[in-house]
Amino acid sequence: MYKNVLESIAGIEIYPIISFLIFFIFFIGLTLYVIFSDKNHIAAMGKLPLKNDDATNYGGEAEL
Amino acid sequence: MSPQTITNPHQPLHQTEQASGLDTFYYDNKTVRNFAYASLVWGVIGMLVGVIAAFQMARPEFNMGQYATFGRIRPLHTNAVIFAFVGNGIFMGVYYSLQRLCKTRMFSDVLSKIHFWGWQLIILSAVATLPLGYTTSKEYAELEWPIDIAITVIWVVFGWNMFGTIIKRRERHLYVGIWFYISTLITIAVLHIFNSFEVPVSFLKSYSAYAGVQDALVQWWYGHNAVAFFLTTPYLGMMYYYLPKAANRPVYSYRLSIIHFWSLIFIYIWAGPHHLLYNAVPDWAQSLGVVFSIMLLAPSWGGMINGLLTLRGAWDKVREEPVLKFMVVAITSYGMATFEGPMLSLKNVNGIAHFTDWIVAHVHVGALGWNGFLTFAIIYWTIPRIFQTKLYSKKLANTHFWIGTIGILFYAIPLYWAGFTQGLMWKQFNNDGMLQYSNFLETVLQIVPMYYMRGVGGLLYLFGVFVMIYNIVKTVKSGSLLANEKAQAAPLLPAEKDDAHSGHWHRWIERRPVQMAVWATVAILIGGIIEIIPTFLIDSNVPTIASVKPYTSLELQGRDLYIREGCVNCHTQMVRPFRSETERYGEYSKAGEFVYDRPFLWGSKRTGPDLHREGGKYPHSWHYHHMLDPTSMSPGSIMPPYPWLFDQNIDIASTPAKIEALQALGTPYPAGYAQRANQDLDKQAREITAQLATEGIEVKPEKEIVALIAYLQRLGTDIKIKDETASK
Repeated sequence: MYKNVLESIAGIEIYPIISFLIFFIFFIGLTLYVIFSDKNHIAAMGKLPLKNDDATNYGGEAEL
Repeated sequence: MSPQTITNPHQPLHQTEQASGLDTFYYDNKTVRNFAYASLVWGVIGMLVGVIAAFQMARPEFNMGQYATFGRIRPLHTNAVIFAFVGNGIFMGVYYSLQRLCKTRMFSDVLSKIHFWGWQLIILSAVATLPLGYTTSKEYAELEWPIDIAITVIWVVFGWNMFGTIIKRRERHLYVGIWFYISTLITIAVLHIFNSFEVPVSFLKSYSAYAGVQDALVQWWYGHNAVAFFLTTPYLGMMYYYLPKAANRPVYSYRLSIIHFWSLIFIYIWAGPHHLLYNAVPDWAQSLGVVFSIMLLAPSWGGMINGLLTLRGAWDKVREEPVLKFMVVAITSYGMATFEGPMLSLKNVNGIAHFTDWIVAHVHVGALGWNGFLTFAIIYWTIPRIFQTKLYSKKLANTHFWIGTIGILFYAIPLYWAGFTQGLMWKQFNNDGMLQYSNFLETVLQIVPMYYMRGVGGLLYLFGVFVMIYNIVKTVKSGSLLANEKAQAAPLLPAEKDDAHSGHWHRWIERRPVQMAVWATVAILIGGIIEIIPTFLIDSNVPTIASVKPYTSLELQGRDLYIREGCVNCHTQMVRPFRSETERYGEYSKAGEFVYDRPFLWGSKRTGPDLHREGGKYPHSWHYHHMLDPTSMSPGSIMPPYPWLFDQNIDIASTPAKIEALQALGTPYPAGYAQRANQDLDKQAREITAQLATEGIEVKPEKEIVALIAYLQRLGTDIKIKDETASK
């Protein structure tokens, strides 16, 4: 029964292939970008939450 | 900087501050506080309802009357915990961290107020309507159409406020936490709108625009991604902000967080069909769901590892700081739940686990561990700061931590045991090739002790929350709210000025929230479209079964009672193609049998047996007695009685509107049938009561029980008729 549904939609096989290719290419591109991205920029981005803390040093920060 | 309360946040800047080139502005802490309080209050209510529902499964006596049966309060519990407890938790975290990451006050105080009160009103309307039986029955989307519209409006207000804030920011780059918030906003909007397409019948009743298989695929595309984009992405954004804050060190790998974000939102959206394995949906959709679920393990664990490794060299702090303890257990729970998810989507594991308490245990590791504990951590961290004081008692916070952790274990372990036990019992054959436990009730009674233990686990967890509330009240009393917190930052220069030496596309996108939103939308839409479009093709390609006919007007009213009472919370209507199921229930379910089901009622949990082949299995009198007192037909049954169905009359005034709504959606009732429908209804009801009279039962044809019996007796019989005709 399930097979009938599958075969009755013309060209359905292409959907999983397209989906895999889109993701695969995107993922490789992203990985390459991340590997070759600028160290200093990455470090600065990582520190954003801490850098923004100037005005919020109430509470128990010191005792952490 | 010393604390400073400012009465007028919009007062003109001081001359010297202008001279230094820094803008002075004020963070809005009041809205943050309000959302924190709301999260706690709704958390207690949602969890309390959960505890009651848990004990109802062990002892049916806890079903207290018409408006508090398990079928009605289970959606109340899930909605309250997801949208009220976690929802307010999200807004608390977003309103606090977004202002600081953007170095600006929220875009509009008015929008913040509308957002806060609007959201609380939506929750109140859920609390009012769900116990009254106004429900669409689609899991985590039970609220009826006027509330759906209100959710859309308030969500737009939230988005407007959020994007307004991002656009007027003083920090050029958008931190990864904000990307997670943006993807949450966009995806929830898309999911909510598409899953809520429904045709109103009356003020609080509607029929789904989708039917059968299509409705199921859209619902689980929504349901799965509600978990992804309401319970996961905003909390990951909060993890990326609060964990570095609490540990006082940057996240372990910012590079990993970029990969984490894009691959998570890209992959998550595809995995929905794993909720429908072995159900009557096409094989390719099931396989797609499995493959992407397995792939999902990578970004999920990337995120978990990134979180835990942030604490490298700081584990000594974890020993002393309850906030970090809560975070470590939260992130570990996230890791466990996201390992288990892909495993559960393997078809051989799913064949045992699906429809059992295993799934309930799985989601509670996520809800209690990941969402609950991260919310607690953030509240413990935030409240002392905005109240300019210290936490009243670290000792109590540690006590809460241990009670909560033991509560989670007490909750999850018995349910894993119960799920595994029952899943195997359903499939057990004896040496003669017959089902070992042919009476479904045997498999239920076996796990009732686990239900008790799970209830105790829930109670412990809730007790921990009360300990927390005491601690927070004491903390609040010892300080005073810094409603408007003074801060300074350099204004943002026009973008062109520093564009010269950084032309990379991702850095470009990090500075542009609107483009970020567009690309995040594209990422989630690719998956959504490829998954959903074929389901619309299916609609015209599901093999139609000639003998499958629309419900009669009486059966339709009965079906709406089935929806009102929330029967779908405990009974599935989906016989999977296993021998253990066809032996127990009958012929496995076919996609073509559901073409008139709006909404679909396949269900996701079998606390009681499957009902898809219930029609014709027992005489009318069996159902009559069973609904009045389930234990009279099934001694030891944990199903509650439904005596009100015997007193209340069928709402026949609604019949014409219902028929017209279904006709508008394409159900082939004859033209003008709406006006004649009640005559048919009456005729069929009299046939049933005449039949009951021969079995010694006197009941008036207008009573609700008659409609429910008509529906139950119709279930799954369409193809039985076909078989009979074929054999003639």
